[in-house]
Amino acid sequence: MNMIEVENINFYYGDFHALKNISMEIEHHSVVAFIGPSGCGKSTLLRLFNRMNDLIPNIRLEGKICIDGQDIYKKGMAVDSLRKNVGMVFQRPNPFPKTIFENVAYGLRVNGVRNEKFIAQRVEESLRDAALWSEVKDKLKKSAFELSGGQQQRLCIARALAVQPTVLLMDEPASALDPISTSKIEELIHELKPHYTIVIVTHNMQQAARVSDKTAFFYLGEMVEFSDTKKMFLNPEKVQTQNYITGRFG
Amino acid sequence: MRNRAEKLVESLFTISGFVTSIVIVLVVVFLFSGGVHLFRSPSIEHGYVVAVNADNPIDRLSPAELKSIFDYEQTNWQQFGGADEEILVFRLNDITNYFSEEDLGENFEFVSERISQLISENQGIIAFIPQEYAGENFSGKEIDGGTISLSEVFGGKEWLPTATPAPLFGLLPLITGTLWVSFFAILIALPFGLSVSIFMSEVASERVRGILKPVIELLSGIPSVVYGFFGLVVVVPLVQQIFNLDVGETGLTGSLILAIMALPTIITVSEDAMRNCPRAMREASLSLGANRWQTTYKVVIPYSISGITSGVVLGIGRAMGETMAVLMVTGNSAVIPHTILQPLRTIPATIAAELGEVSSGSPHYQALFVLGIILFVITFAINMCVASISAKHKNS
Repeated sequence: MNMIEVENINFYYGDFHALKNISMEIEHHSVVAFIGPSGCGKSTLLRLFNRMNDLIPNIRLEGKICIDGQDIYKKGMAVDSLRKNVGMVFQRPNPFPKTIFENVAYGLRVNGVRNEKFIAQRVEESLRDAALWSEVKDKLKKSAFELSGGQQQRLCIARALAVQPTVLLMDEPASALDPISTSKIEELIHELKPHYTIVIVTHNMQQAARVSDKTAFFYLGEMVEFSDTKKMFLNPEKVQTQNYITGRFG
Repeated sequence: MRNRAEKLVESLFTISGFVTSIVIVLVVVFLFSGGVHLFRSPSIEHGYVVAVNADNPIDRLSPAELKSIFDYEQTNWQQFGGADEEILVFRLNDITNYFSEEDLGENFEFVSERISQLISENQGIIAFIPQEYAGENFSGKEIDGGTISLSEVFGGKEWLPTATPAPLFGLLPLITGTLWVSFFAILIALPFGLSVSIFMSEVASERVRGILKPVIELLSGIPSVVYGFFGLVVVVPLVQQIFNLDVGETGLTGSLILAIMALPTIITVSEDAMRNCPRAMREASLSLGANRWQTTYKVVIPYSISGITSGVVLGIGRAMGETMAVLMVTGNSAVIPHTILQPLRTIPATIAAELGEVSSGSPHYQALFVLGIILFVITFAINMCVASISAKHKNS
């Protein structure tokens, strides 16, 4: 069974038909990139995977999304535990106004972990996994706002990893970062790949090509093409895809 | 042409800026200059003297001591270090008890002599008489009341500004009254204010919020006398019944009214602060499996804590300075309250109630200015707190 299965979904913001007849399957431990011009629905789809769109009034979803074999929009679904299972990293670094340590420990604490020793251990592991440990190990008690933008974003990744999700959603995680920080994030994605299923939304075609196994191209709410990244970038099936990745529009 | 118009507008702005600043400075200067002479004025009422028998060893009495004598609380000179002699209190209108109309003369021309005679005849007498009767051949000894002292004003427990022969300007009852009423007002307003603002920013739907917010903002526009009226008609009887009191006009009544008045400030400011918490913060928290309530108290409230504090402090400021409503419902008794269920009196209420009746420049008048200064200093300190809190927030 695949990690994420999307079955023929339609999604509406009020009257606006944002996603049209989308079906896709995402395998375990793979990296999938969503590309497409602004407003094409790629972030909307990503945010359906952890029900982050629930916060928006007047939305409607048709179809079915299963993660790890579970219909996540079925009645009585525990959204909290879904989100614990499906971590998310946002476009801009958004650390909490807390210490570095407490930022990473937050997810554990809200999920009821009380054992301080375990929390400290998870914080260290997560920071190591996010390649940030060596930079912050001496200032765990400092405010997270003292870190640079790139460090803050890796802190946010560590924060997401701390609760041991199976899926990691990344919404343009490097768009607000400089090239060096970006390359660090990309390296990180490679290192995380064996343990997590990663879905990444990006505007940066090179980035999609570098980090992903499969790529989905969206345009005006439709999924135009979904195939292996190599094939997509070397030999796209559709003209629209071709035009987009060669920079003729978008 | 356009250039000239711009210059004109610019100079108008400059002038109005200057004028406003000067007016503000003038108000402060006025306040301080009105109160500054209080500590130089004699404590015995202007135009009067307090006199004792020439053989009495006492020649100094403080205003509080004078009051205890003239209220017949102290009846023996021993208490003040004098001889074992009964104190005989004499006020000018007692004179007919001692002398017939003939003794005093048709046009009261012998009053001065008679008083002098009376004082010399009675060892234990203490007389409070107009200055004109203590002329050249006066047999008595004038008591030195000294000047009004700082410790008597700031440490005095009695506010009796019209007492004779020496008024008492102890500010403690008024200061404690103000602090008590404000403290309890905030104690009541804080939980309600915070719950409403959390409800409005985190729980309520847009529609509910759209109704609630204007209503709450409307509350802050109601004149305070209307609140006072409401308090008098509704809250006073209620407090009286619930606590089974003789009078319903208590500190608690004032606190309740002030709490209602401070609520809009607390709610709007802290609600705005919480709504300003970026969506990204909430999403980050939710995406980690936190529920809405955990997100509210672990992320939204800590993030907006400085805004919430500002709201609360502004609410306190409102409560401290509020006059009319408090004047109407607190019972206006200038005693240090032992419980909040006693009548008490606040600084602004005292100023409002008494300023109309004092003669300009008298110690009482100046004492009211000192009260004004104290209020100004308190609210100024509160505003500084707000400023420093929001400055701190900007840095982080």
